[in-house]
Order: sequence, then C-alpha cells, then structure tokens
Amino acid sequence: MATEEHSEGLVFHPMDQFVVKPLFGSAGDPVHWYTITNVTLWMFLTIVAISALLVLGTRGRAVIPTKLQSVAELAYGFIYKMVEDVAGRDAVRFFPYVFTLFMFIVMSNFLGLLPTAFTTTSHLAVTVILALAVFLTVTITGFVLHGSKFLGLFWVSSAPLAIRPVLAVIEVISYFVRPVSHSIRLMGNMMAGHAVIKVFAAFAPLILLSGVGVLVTPLSILAITAMYALETLVAFIQAYVFTILTCVYLKDALHPSH
Amino acid sequence: MAGNTDTHAVAEAGHGAADAAAHGGGDAVGMPQLDFSSWPNQIFWLIVTLVVIYFILSRVALPRIASVLAERAGTVTNDIAAAEELKLKAQEAEDAYNQALADARAEANRIIGEAKAEIQAELDEANAKADAEIAARTAESEKAIADIRANAVASVEEVAKATAAEIVAALGGSADASTVDDAVQSQMKGA
Repeated sequence: MATEEHSEGLVFHPMDQFVVKPLFGSAGDPVHWYTITNVTLWMFLTIVAISALLVLGTRGRAVIPTKLQSVAELAYGFIYKMVEDVAGRDAVRFFPYVFTLFMFIVMSNFLGLLPTAFTTTSHLAVTVILALAVFLTVTITGFVLHGSKFLGLFWVSSAPLAIRPVLAVIEVISYFVRPVSHSIRLMGNMMAGHAVIKVFAAFAPLILLSGVGVLVTPLSILAITAMYALETLVAFIQAYVFTILTCVYLKDALHPSH
Repeated sequence: MAGNTDTHAVAEAGHGAADAAAHGGGDAVGMPQLDFSSWPNQIFWLIVTLVVIYFILSRVALPRIASVLAERAGTVTNDIAAAEELKLKAQEAEDAYNQALADARAEANRIIGEAKAEIQAELDEANAKADAEIAARTAESEKAIADIRANAVASVEEVAKATAAEIVAALGGSADASTVDDAVQSQMKGA
C-alpha cells in the first residue's frame, strides 16, 4: 500500500523535547549531577536574559527611561506591589527572593517558547525544588517569627469548637499539599502546551506524504499558531500564579492568625 | 478513504515513534520528567542558577532600579514644588503689576488735575491782565474823546462869535465884542 511508504516520514516524538542530555559528547553518555547538559545551557541563557533586561537595561539609570528600562521598572513595580498588597508591608524583605523566583520562571517560560528550546520549568525536578523552597521558607519563617503560635494557622478559631479538630486535620493536609499543587501546576501547564504543539507540528508535513495533507497541514499550522498564542499567555500567567501563591503563603507565615 | 489513510498514517507514525524510542539514544521513553536519573543534574544547575540570579538581582539590579525610582519620585516632587513656587511668584508679579498700574493711573490723574489747575490759574491771570488793559485803554480813549469834544466846543464858540460879529457888521450895526460874546454864550448855553 502506498500509505505505508508515506507514513514513514510522519514522526511523533512530542516528549523528546523534554529529554535531558549532555551538551557535549555523544547522546548515550550518562548524566551526572555536574554534567553540562541542555538544562545548564538554557538556565544559563535565562541568567543572561534576566541580566540583559535588569542590569544592561537599567545601566543608564535615566530619570526618563528607555524602553528596556521601562520594562525592568514595570517588572519591579509589578512584583513589589504584589508582595506589598498580598503579603503585607513587612513582607517587603522577601521581595528579592520573590522577584528572583518570578524572573526565573517567567524568563524560562518565555525562552522555552523559542523553537527547539528546552523548557526548564516543564520539569518536575525544577518546579519541585522551587515549590519546596517556598514551602520551607514559609514554614521556617512562620516558626521563627511566631513560634508555636504559627500552629494557630491550623486552628480555625472562628469556627465552632466542635468542628475545629476536623478543620485542623483538613488545614494540615491542605498545608502539605500546597508544594505539590504549586509545583505540578507550573510543570503540567508548561509540559502539556509544548507537547500539544509538537503533536500538531508532527501533522504539519502531511501534505508532502498524502492527499489529506491538503486539509490537515493548514489546519495543523493554524492549530500551532493558536496554541503558540495560548502558550505565550500561559507562560506569563503561570509565572504570575506561582509568584502570587508564594505571596499568599508568605502572608500565612507573617500573619498566621485567621 | 481519506479518513482511512489518515488513521493508517497515525498508526504507522505511532509505531515508528515507539521503534525510535526503543533503539534511539536520546529519545524519550514515557515522560522524561519522571526519569529520576536526570534529577540531580537539574537540581544542581537550578540551585546554581537561582543563587546567581539572586545575587545579580539583590546586589546590582534591584538597588539600581530602586534608586532610579526614588530619584524619579524625588524629581517629580521637586518639580511640582518648583512649579507651585513659580506659580506663586507669577501671582505676586501679577499683583505687583496691577498695583503699579493702579498707582500709575492715580499719578496720571493727579498730574492731569495739577496741569488743569495751573492752566486755569494762568488763564485767569491772563484774563485779568487783559481786562485791566482793556479798562485802561477805555479810560484813555474816553479822556481823549472828552478833550476832542471840549476843543470842538471851544472852536464852535469862537467861530460863532466871529461869525456873529461879522453878521452884525454886515447888517450895518456895530456891536461891541463883549456884547456879542455874551449873546453867543447865552445862545450856546440855551442850545
């Protein structure tokens, strides 16, 4: 059959883009913790992009800012206001930390949208560490600032006494589920969109192989474009969501009373 | 037919992918996210990256942006204050101008009044002088007229006496001069 010959050209490897592999040497080399991999490359590019925006962009220190400086100031003001509004005025000392998280995630997400890029934030290893860092920061800050009173976070004093123990159990569970949802939300969003784009992309060359390609190829290209637009939105929204949740959790640490 | 071809193609492609994954070196098997052998590598580089970004931001970028924003806020505040001050100054200048205008008007009125009074005084004086002169001239003229009249009367008397004496003589009478004079004088008085 003719279709069997054609179909050899159509390849579906939507998950290949997420493979961690050494940057130098052959493909089968083992990945040690110190190996320079594509993860290293794209994290390095993230640092470069952030430095270009926030350090090079502001080197003029102009009172009337350039375009790049405006973007840097906008990002600064956006996160500063978020920390201040959501977590309170005394949370401002965590601002550099929150801003680091936001800039890393938003830059990684956007760099990951470049064709052939590796999206570091689509990996559970990365988002788990980010979420655990927030979880530990919040828990340690809470206990350092409030001692055992921090446990009042789980004791809903506004509820009737009888159901407080039940609520406490639920609160404790939800507290420990936070880093899980926090990390999987980001990773899942980034992975799914990129995989879907890859699937559509695999359909795109069908016009070279088969008659139905006349219909499928334009549709898949349209779908890729639409998904790309959606992913651009998602890239920012997920960074925003991660950051604002970080602020919400920080608020618990600083003001644990309900 | 078309749908049939499509499903074939997809099935074949899926088969091909599985094949490639089975013997291809770096190809994905399942979710690479769950391949825990790459976790130490990712976590190590993530921590390095986050520490680097944190230091770049907290040491360089954030203080710089904060100072720029503070400087801008200061500049804007200063500019607004300066504008306020300039506005006040402009208000003062306008007031001073209006005051000066009012003063100048009053001064002008005063000067006009003074000039009018002076002119009036001069005019009065000139009028008085002219009146006096006119009066003097009139008096002089009247005196001259009176003289002329007196002379004329004397001349008439003389002529009348001489004429009377001549007439008397012509009529054949003789009259003495004093009689004629008396007669003429009494006639002239009567006239």
